[in-house]
Amino acid sequence: MDLNTLWFLLIAVLFIGFFFLEGFDYGVGILLPFLGKDDNQRRQIINSIGPVWDANEVWLLTAGGAMFAAFPNWYATMFSGFYLALVLMLLALIIRGVAFEFRSKDKHPTWRATWDWCIFVGSLVPALLWGVAMGNLVRGVPIDADMHYVGGFWNLLNPYALLGGLATLTLFTFHGATFLTLKLSGDLLAKSRAFAKRLWLPSVVAIFLFVISGYWATDMFTRLGVNPGVAPVFAGIALLAAGYFIYRDRSGWTFILSGLTIVLSTITLFMGLYPRVMVSSFNDAWSLTIYNASSSPYTLTVMSWIALIFVPIVLGYTIWSYWVFRKRIHSHTELEY
Amino acid sequence: MDALLLARLQFAITTVYHFFFVPLTLGLSIMLAIMETIYVRTGDEKYKRMVKFWGKLFLINFAMGVVTGIVQEFQFGMNWSEYSRFVGDIFGAPLAIEALLAFFLESTFLGLWLFGWDKLSKRVHAFTMWMVAIGANISALWILIANSFMQEPVGYVLRNGRAEMNDFFALLTNPHVWAQFPHVFFSGITTAAMFVVGTSAFHLLRKSPDKAVWHSSFRFSMIYGLIGIVLVIMQGHTQAQHMVKNQPMKLAAAEALWDSEDPAAMSLFTWGDEKNRRDVFAIRMPALLSILAYNRPSGMVKGINDLQAEYERTYGPGDYVPPVAITYWTFRMMVGAGMVLLVLILLGILYIIKENYPKKIWFMKLLPWAIALPYIANSTGWIMAEVGRQPWIVFGLQKTVDAVSPAVSTGEVLFSLIIFTLLYGILMGADIYLLKKFAIAGTVLDKPQPDSETIPDGLGVEL
Repeated sequence: MDLNTLWFLLIAVLFIGFFFLEGFDYGVGILLPFLGKDDNQRRQIINSIGPVWDANEVWLLTAGGAMFAAFPNWYATMFSGFYLALVLMLLALIIRGVAFEFRSKDKHPTWRATWDWCIFVGSLVPALLWGVAMGNLVRGVPIDADMHYVGGFWNLLNPYALLGGLATLTLFTFHGATFLTLKLSGDLLAKSRAFAKRLWLPSVVAIFLFVISGYWATDMFTRLGVNPGVAPVFAGIALLAAGYFIYRDRSGWTFILSGLTIVLSTITLFMGLYPRVMVSSFNDAWSLTIYNASSSPYTLTVMSWIALIFVPIVLGYTIWSYWVFRKRIHSHTELEY
Repeated sequence: MDALLLARLQFAITTVYHFFFVPLTLGLSIMLAIMETIYVRTGDEKYKRMVKFWGKLFLINFAMGVVTGIVQEFQFGMNWSEYSRFVGDIFGAPLAIEALLAFFLESTFLGLWLFGWDKLSKRVHAFTMWMVAIGANISALWILIANSFMQEPVGYVLRNGRAEMNDFFALLTNPHVWAQFPHVFFSGITTAAMFVVGTSAFHLLRKSPDKAVWHSSFRFSMIYGLIGIVLVIMQGHTQAQHMVKNQPMKLAAAEALWDSEDPAAMSLFTWGDEKNRRDVFAIRMPALLSILAYNRPSGMVKGINDLQAEYERTYGPGDYVPPVAITYWTFRMMVGAGMVLLVLILLGILYIIKENYPKKIWFMKLLPWAIALPYIANSTGWIMAEVGRQPWIVFGLQKTVDAVSPAVSTGEVLFSLIIFTLLYGILMGADIYLLKKFAIAGTVLDKPQPDSETIPDGLGVEL
């Protein structure tokens, strides 16, 4: 395996971690107005991700940094090409992050309601946009011979990519609900279970439609072949199995399976991309690949050593922090947010 | 208005805004870690109340730094795609390392600190704040390693139409980093010190309850500030001496020095005619600039006209003069704010030694206003550093005009510029509202009070 492939894998891993972790954060934010019927309940919901949401978002920042370092042309083409979409995403992430910190620091109902709305919108928009972005990456976008995106904003909102957005939106919301069944208690636990049950079928339908339309919109099917391999098959099985367990109130298994669906689906999308990183809809020769978009071998080597040393350390203290906050939240828990 | 100008304006606004929150995070995180360590060592509850009080203000400020930082990381690719392609091989690495080493550390451990008061032992809890402080300051180091490459490119080779890294170690040992990072680091210390000094003075004047906290905070942060301001000024001097060699044009612009002089005089006040490159009115101190540059009363300091001619020979025809008035005045504002801070802090130390500071009413009244000074110095210092490098985005390698994204239209940048500016304005309002509210509220003396926020409020139900 060459370094270019290694870095493609590493970036895939960062996106997998990001979608898995921030996936439930977004889900929790989207469910906030539907689940929390009074202020204390809403605070319990927010505090369920309180200690971790910020670090979960760092997976995205690291993925962005890694794209910049390992594949500067990918970073440059995608970030400038998807300009307005990213502006929307940034606005969402800004209001959401500030809202977590600010909302409970003043008791005025309007103040809190405003920030709760920011958490909701700030979670909904990226949950949707990430699916749109991934859909466009595999579908292909207008990229010219000089690696410049020439499609404008509306080009990104094609039916296939929008289905992708719907798929991530429903899946992340479902994942968020299953996360809450592990973190909450009492009335809220029952409610989050009920929501998880209601959300399962819509995610199955959205993902099914996204996969099927991929047959026409992308070259995924021809690339992966009749036997697509373990990841896509088990992504489907995990999603269906999650439905089995949620109806038997097995929260732990359901969360593992909704997470596994996210992990395996992300792997599938990256498999469909490889060795390209952005597909040109004009001419396949103009696609950005792990070779024509990459940094020099020297830089990739340096970065590989750094990743090798520090990724295990990061994983270590991340797991420790989840261990510290493993307990469920009750209505009488002292709430920081 | 063209896309380039708008993109530059957006970068300037978002960067200055981001850096409005960063120095306080840098300095206050260390201060909190020290205070909490004292609490763990001595068991003195006063220090716990101090940590809790300043910690709350720290969190409000930290949140703003984090969210505005996301914009910074994305913006290179969004608005400066040609820059990203040209230097990504070098510039991307420190950014990725910053995220991996620093962002994970500070965010994970801040979560542990904030939510871990009852879940971690006292020692481990203090340890988490040290990790936050280390994470925040390592983050500053890596982003300055990246910025230093723009100021003084090292460790690269021009190949395949771009700058490629050929010596990672050279990036880390870039002399510019070690001139710049300590300056930023100690400006963070100074900012945090003034923030705490000003707020404590306010409470001492008002005779707020929990007097011990305000006296301790006041004395502690005044000493903290003394260390900060002395070292920030010394390091600033080192930086300027480095600039004479590395970016003489920036120095010449900062001094409005049109023609080379030996010995060079320093401008105390210049009203200049930028177009014709001459002074309209100026007060200048003979030989002082040479003394500052070389520690002796002689020595040539190159002027703008000579450097322009020199750069034309090296880089071809073009205008290599940065906006002189902006560079000159921001430099003076930074240095001026620093000097006033030095005087205030020395006075404060004097009054602390004489133990009569609570009686110096005029001084205590002045201090809350002086919180603005480090902010002025921080912002103008960065503006000077970046504007003074123009027309280059990477000194000597790429011009700003060649760096902008061709895929992004003028309308798109205009849209994002307006919306970011509006949102940032609103958030600034909310941030200041909260900071003021909690700064004035003072410490919480007892455990959860009956009307603490944990009790569900019925008003929220129908919303």
